[in-house]
Amino acid sequence: MYESLLRFPSDLFAELDRLSREMQPAFGGLGRPSSIRAGTRGAFPAINIGTSPKSVEVYAFAPGIDPAKLEVSIDQGLLTIAGERATDLPEESDKPSIYASERYAGSFKRVVSLPEDVDAARIEARYRDGVLQVSVQRRESAQPKRIEVK
Amino acid sequence: MSEQQEVAKQEETRPGVAIVPPVDVVEDNTGITLTADLPGVPRDKLTVRVDGDGLLIEGEVALDTPEGIEAVYAEVQTPRYRRAFTLSRDLDTAKSAAAFNNGVLKLRIPKAEHAKPRKIDVEIG
Repeated sequence: MYESLLRFPSDLFAELDRLSREMQPAFGGLGRPSSIRAGTRGAFPAINIGTSPKSVEVYAFAPGIDPAKLEVSIDQGLLTIAGERATDLPEESDKPSIYASERYAGSFKRVVSLPEDVDAARIEARYRDGVLQVSVQRRESAQPKRIEVK
Repeated sequence: MSEQQEVAKQEETRPGVAIVPPVDVVEDNTGITLTADLPGVPRDKLTVRVDGDGLLIEGEVALDTPEGIEAVYAEVQTPRYRRAFTLSRDLDTAKSAAAFNNGVLKLRIPKAEHAKPRKIDVEIG
């Protein structure tokens, strides 16, 4: 049930709440079915997606990565975030005791399907505080406009 | 109230809901090194507190969100991390050192005979 003994929570109710929320695997956390490319819970990095009238924002929670080594690409409306995180753990020869190794190490790749009305040419990616934020602007023609009645 | 606002309100009224950040804990001859993933937490929203036999790590997530943004899909649903550990008496918490870069906290607690209560200052870089 718990990946390691260290993860046993002191606040049991918070953990039960989290478990009941995770019991909705059909929905991407907000009551709607998730994309077929969404990936399972617990994948690295975790992803949040938000939309505003002008843009679509994708947040990837990927701490401890060199931004120059992150590969962010967009193709046919699919945003791909890929890279690798080296392990911080020491070598075997130092004979350390490893009590917990919960942080993900290795290569990763996540794909997000963007809505059709985004402009792939107007895309920006920023990496701050361990979060990669990708902003894609929506096409001008897709933005809501008010029509004047003469 | 929109669905997203309702979810946010539920989170606020339940104090203590926080994400448990994944950690690596390694002990060698000279002390313990703890590395924790706290993505999205800026330096001023991170708290690392050590006293005689306990360690508490807390962080609040602050993301850059443009005006009018609505959540569509969220795997990180709570903007808060918290994790606590007990420490043994052979660790010298007074000499502990912490660094926080790109959302990764690296905490080093050397071993000594005695442990004193102390709040840790986080170094830059």
